[in-house]
Amino acid sequence: MAKTKIPNPDELGKIDYTPPKKHWMDIPVEIKPDMYCHGAKAKSLKVVDFPNARDWTPAEADWKLPEDWKKIVLEGISERLKKYRTFHVFMDICVRCGACADKCHFFLGSGDPKNMPVLRAELLRSVYRKYFTTGGKIFGKTAGARELTLDVLKEWWYYFYQCTECRRCSLFCPYGIDQAEITIIGRELMNLLGLNIEWIAGPTANCYMKGNHLGLEPHTIKSTIDFFVNDIEDITGVKVEPTFNRKGAEILFITPSGDLFADPGIYTAMGYLMLFHELGLDYTWSTYASEGGNFGFFTSNEMAKRLHSKIYAEAKRLGVKWILGGECGHMWRVWHQYHNTWFGPMDFLEEPVSPITGTKFANAKSTKVVHLVEFTADLIKHGKLKLDPSRNDNLVVTFHDSCNTSRGMGFFEEPRYVIKNVCNHFHEMPDDTIRERTFCCGSGSGLNASENMELRMRGGFPRANAVKFVHEKHGVNMLANICAIDRAALPPLMDYWVPGVRVTGTHELVANALVMKGEKERTVNLRNEPLPEKGGDSDV
Amino acid sequence: MGLGLSLTAVIALILLVFAGVKGANLHLLFGAVIPYAAFIIFTIGVIYRVVKWGRSPVPFRIPTTGGQENSFPWIKQNKFDNPSTTSGVIVRMLLEVFAFRSLFRLTKSELKDGKLVHGSDKWLWLAGLAFHWCFLIILIRHLRFFTQNVPFVIQLFEALDAFFQVGVPLLYLTDIFLVGAVTYLFLRRVVFPQVKYISLAADYFPLLLILSIAVTGILMRYFIRVDIVGVKQLTMGLVTFSPVASESIGVIFYIHVFLVSVLFAYFPFSKLMHMGGVLLSPTRNLANNNRMVRHINPWDYPVHVHTYEEYENDFREKMKKAGIPVEKE
Ligand code: SF4
Ligand code: SF4
Repeated sequence: MAKTKIPNPDELGKIDYTPPKKHWMDIPVEIKPDMYCHGAKAKSLKVVDFPNARDWTPAEADWKLPEDWKKIVLEGISERLKKYRTFHVFMDICVRCGACADKCHFFLGSGDPKNMPVLRAELLRSVYRKYFTTGGKIFGKTAGARELTLDVLKEWWYYFYQCTECRRCSLFCPYGIDQAEITIIGRELMNLLGLNIEWIAGPTANCYMKGNHLGLEPHTIKSTIDFFVNDIEDITGVKVEPTFNRKGAEILFITPSGDLFADPGIYTAMGYLMLFHELGLDYTWSTYASEGGNFGFFTSNEMAKRLHSKIYAEAKRLGVKWILGGECGHMWRVWHQYHNTWFGPMDFLEEPVSPITGTKFANAKSTKVVHLVEFTADLIKHGKLKLDPSRNDNLVVTFHDSCNTSRGMGFFEEPRYVIKNVCNHFHEMPDDTIRERTFCCGSGSGLNASENMELRMRGGFPRANAVKFVHEKHGVNMLANICAIDRAALPPLMDYWVPGVRVTGTHELVANALVMKGEKERTVNLRNEPLPEKGGDSDV
Repeated sequence: MGLGLSLTAVIALILLVFAGVKGANLHLLFGAVIPYAAFIIFTIGVIYRVVKWGRSPVPFRIPTTGGQENSFPWIKQNKFDNPSTTSGVIVRMLLEVFAFRSLFRLTKSELKDGKLVHGSDKWLWLAGLAFHWCFLIILIRHLRFFTQNVPFVIQLFEALDAFFQVGVPLLYLTDIFLVGAVTYLFLRRVVFPQVKYISLAADYFPLLLILSIAVTGILMRYFIRVDIVGVKQLTMGLVTFSPVASESIGVIFYIHVFLVSVLFAYFPFSKLMHMGGVLLSPTRNLANNNRMVRHINPWDYPVHVHTYEEYENDFREKMKKAGIPVEKE
């Protein structure tokens, strides 16, 4: 964060929402520094056999496109109109009512009219009109139609990588027009020309070959987790014993690799390890299917399927009964809304049952994948965990709903139930900024790079603004979430807009409160900070 | 952009009828031929568009969820904003179509002293709802022109609509609300900078057209007398395929009918198709039950993957060294 030279918060917070005088079609795209990510490298695209793999620079005029790029794009559109009713209908029925306009965090944080979801869609829709509708062919610009030119293509690239596919616009649209879906298809079209960003293409290539976005090799995964094991022993006196690629385990556990890498995600991973140990769960990690997240999903639907097929291949190979998934946002959108279609029927697995409480996860009976937070909520409900929430008494917590689990699943009460059972001080952000109306962290859908920091701070402005509200009103100092990208993206956002608020995964909170069998008297939390004094500031 | 053009187009259309009926005496053309043609274009066009959408499959079940999912029995599900059953979906769609559920959520975000403030904003919802409902009721009321004995239901609608029993002829509430709502919808496109910025000719034109239809209708009912017997003769003639276009009806009637015909003929080519589209929108009309029931993608195909075997070949020695089990020693 510190490396960037973006304006200070006071400056950045002065946002003008008045649209320019000129018609948007007459304003050529300007690729602004700090607002975009590096172009995908040749080597990353080659790993997954993507077309037009070459090194290129978005800021340069020559994007090194194939001769017939226009034909490729138009054929790509035509093919997708026939394949996706969403795309076809969404291209036709927008009435430009503007209900979605100020729902997008990127618009609210930048004031750029092309970040209004309706205009983001029009960027592509205008080309659709020109080549696929009679009115557009005859009336041209009057009908909102325009030619596909290099400038238009660049504009698509710039703005489709300024959409985090959060679906907030879709919630308010009277016809459910989902700009996330249009962005997904727009990015697919970009990828026909090798126009990905490296922050997505690199992790995708890593994940394809090595099993996870970070490119951790099997022995590194093991040694990383061994570190956690040592830390846990230091803190609790309990030695947890995870296993890897173990055949015959009852449960395969998969989480985003981000949890293995950086602070504060690693504390969440330690939380998983402690919880599973305490339960005596018969589970295994996999080094082959070592990624729950899916940057392929930010590339093309086909690439998403290619990455996640590992999960079921591995479940089959190891002979597990069912799959447990860690805390992550987009991972759960894909697991929940796409897996069953891509990989079903999962008849080699069994209907998941909690070995501790006997609860049947009826809502996951077909895919056999259970969300860890569901699993934990059920444990708490049945009184199976010994918890001491006072260990989290130094924290005043609020919860950030991830876009994907909110508007692609509806996962609201489960995490709240868990958090309220492990923390004594919890306050909600304002109603219009949580649950289904939640605001994005500003860095989702593969945009959590470092070279686009201004974009991220702008996009995260509405979220940060709501945190600031509870920070000032209730003294909130901890932002809990259930998403690995949040854990990576929110800390710099908080440092920028709301200094004094830190970020945590939900299972870090659980593990701090969890009283383990045979543990020593704990003096520090997972971050090695002293625990709050007993009976101390309990009425914050 | 497009406002001037739309206005010109509507005025030109009105002048056209004037010239056609007053100047060239083309009563039958404007009273029967064009309405028939418009009706045919409307019917075929709408069917064509809906069938075309319907032929694009729905590869994934991706509803936008607007409330708590179906979870444990002890967690209350929001059954209509996040339905997991077909009946839930039906309610969600009914709420969407008849009460504009999504628009009802509308908020307005404003920046005040560096702080974003979100407040509820129901105006678009209210105007949209008033407009669509009034339009529908007025359409139903008009069926009286196409039936010999006015059916009871229509009489009931009329009675309710003229509830306050003021004016001669009785004043219809829907007439007032419709004009008010359309005017609001039009004004917001001219006044609100963001909405203005995104508006196209295709947005102004139908609003102005509908406003003109309403105004000519109201003029005819309350101010400019037309030969009502002639009108009924013509409309009944239309349904029995023996139209007689009387010259005594008055040109205002022909203008009204012509604008309605234009609206009908324009409908299938325009954004007005949102009426059909909302029913087909996959983010609204599917149940959020993916982990319970499998959704089939008709064009699913096998993809290239990096198999476990390939992976182990890449890392076997490292795995063995780290004590991770392997398939081939
Ligand atoms: S809310 Fe829907 S219909 Fe209205 S402008 Fe946005 S996308 Fe178009
Ligand atoms: S999906 Fe989210 S980021 Fe994309 S346009 Fe809609 S509101 Fe903006």
